[in-house]
Amino acid sequence: MSQNRVDEYRRKFVMALGGTAAAVTVAQGFILREANAAGEVSSRPLDKAVTSDKRWGMLIDVTKLTDGGAGMVEACKKEHGWGNEADSDEAQKTHWARVVKVTDKLTKNSFSLPVMCQHCEQPPCVDVCPTGASMKRADGIVQVNKHLCIGCRYCMMACPYKARSFVHEALHDQKPYSPRGMGTVEACNMCIHRIDNGQLPACVEAAPDAVIFGDLNDPNSTLSKTLKDIGGKQIRADLNLNTGVRYHGI
Amino acid sequence: MASQAIIFRETKGSKGFFTLLAVLGVFLVLGAIAFFYAEHHGHHVTGMNNQTVWGLPHVFAIFLIVAASGALNVGSIGTVFSKKLYQPMGRLSALVAISLLIGGLIVLVLDLGHPDRLIIAMTHYNFKSIFAWNIILYNGFLALCGMYIWTMMDRKVKGFYKLAGFSAFTWRLILTTGTGSIFGFLVSRDFYNSAVMAPLFIVMSFAFGLAIFILVLHFAYKWTERELGEVVMNRLRNLLAVFICGVLLLELARHLTGLYIAQRLGVETFILRDGGIYTQLFWVGQILLGSLLPLGLIFCRKLANNRTALLLAAAFTILGGFAQLYVILIGGQAYPLTLFPGAEVSSGYFDGAINSYAPSIWELMLGVGGVALALVMVTIGVKVLRFLPDSLSDAMVDPLK
Repeated sequence: MSQNRVDEYRRKFVMALGGTAAAVTVAQGFILREANAAGEVSSRPLDKAVTSDKRWGMLIDVTKLTDGGAGMVEACKKEHGWGNEADSDEAQKTHWARVVKVTDKLTKNSFSLPVMCQHCEQPPCVDVCPTGASMKRADGIVQVNKHLCIGCRYCMMACPYKARSFVHEALHDQKPYSPRGMGTVEACNMCIHRIDNGQLPACVEAAPDAVIFGDLNDPNSTLSKTLKDIGGKQIRADLNLNTGVRYHGI
Repeated sequence: MASQAIIFRETKGSKGFFTLLAVLGVFLVLGAIAFFYAEHHGHHVTGMNNQTVWGLPHVFAIFLIVAASGALNVGSIGTVFSKKLYQPMGRLSALVAISLLIGGLIVLVLDLGHPDRLIIAMTHYNFKSIFAWNIILYNGFLALCGMYIWTMMDRKVKGFYKLAGFSAFTWRLILTTGTGSIFGFLVSRDFYNSAVMAPLFIVMSFAFGLAIFILVLHFAYKWTERELGEVVMNRLRNLLAVFICGVLLLELARHLTGLYIAQRLGVETFILRDGGIYTQLFWVGQILLGSLLPLGLIFCRKLANNRTALLLAAAFTILGGFAQLYVILIGGQAYPLTLFPGAEVSSGYFDGAINSYAPSIWELMLGVGGVALALVMVTIGVKVLRFLPDSLSDAMVDPLK
């Protein structure tokens, strides 16, 4: 996908956010920022270390997701090839992302949202991992070092979002850019291979009208500005994990 | 050390010794088969899944690890608290502790997704992880128990006996604090995240470790035709009752706190009332059979000095311990994570649903294999080294009271 297309999707998302009257003002503001937004997923030279200058994150507007995020989940599945384990039962199959339907017990108000690794600033999975396999990259992406993972599953016990899966069987025909392995734990890594290559994560591409991806550290990024304007809630904000994945409309 | 009159002697290489080893060997082989089977095929052959990530092997492993530190107590009471009656049992106490710990660790390690990467666990430490700390604590415990035994067996280092005993005792308290904190530090699960898990596990270790020690002591003496009097056994009998009451007290505090806090009411109601197998295991397994029955067997006046009643009390305490850990581990995971407090959630991936878990035969075989390994180590230990006093008859230990 070309960057122009990404920008176009972002524009559409922002446009859709505002009301009829407000849209003109807001959209103008965001269109002006497109120049900054375009650089947000610029590719990183492989010989250059990742720094904490950036913190990748995303805002998912649940009200704009007509399918509750099923398209995003499918895109993730296709990108990384998870969930097709032949020998594992339904509870054993891997799930990097899923659509969760939420209904308030009192009001019966209901919505659906995609839930995946929330890329916490204070990730419990990283805290508990005995070997340091569960790690947070300097740019905020939480992932598993498959070479250090001993498969103890303590991170799965610790994750409040059930975002992690354990591979219960031998795998074949893996994606070369997304290595996986029996006996290790895995989860959404924000499509780290795409980000380093200057592309958006697969799920973001799949729902361009509903998701903004970008740098949370940059106050001028589209993401930061939109978050400032319309807010972005965390799942289990009470745990004070400061998640990198935020939601609007939950 | 105890009175000079206490003589320690290796057990004889009798027919019974080899029969016992052969029986335990069968379970060891079954455990090995289970390990290789799951290692080759992957964990899909087990009952564990991505919702219940720790299963029966962890119940066995944690039981053995917790019991290990408790088994050392008998020695510690003699050394640290200078109760002379307990001192002749110090060597066996430390041997049982080491054996149980290794038996538990082997189950834990062999259930890893990558047991072949044990070396990574030993060389890459994330010091914020209580699991990493536990790896250090386990190794330290083995080393300190080894040294403790050395100071009891070798007159040349007898001067370090108190120091070694104190160190091992302090270390074991920290170790069980660490084991309890594996659960206590889990922020996301309502049934776990509590500081009470650390003292609860400590007092559980007292009870489980002593129960195992009582059985090991009795059968070691019976099968080697040595004398074991009621003075020693009655002391252990009363101690077991105190420890069982301690577990009950902390469990009461834990569950009452859970019931009081609205956030935890859901999981408490699940465990105590609506949890099916977990509710039954809690009330029938842990409370009735695992706590009240042993207390009855210990305090019933008609059963005073009744060895069988004590052995049954110890056996039921162990049964209750397994039930308790099953409820804590599996029951705690069966209750779904709370993603949105105050809301019902559902998904194609078991959100909001009670998670199922049915242990497979492989997990059972692996767990029992760990128990067998611990018992093999004790059996061989008392055969090759002088762990067992020749006699613990009433006449022999009476001056030590």
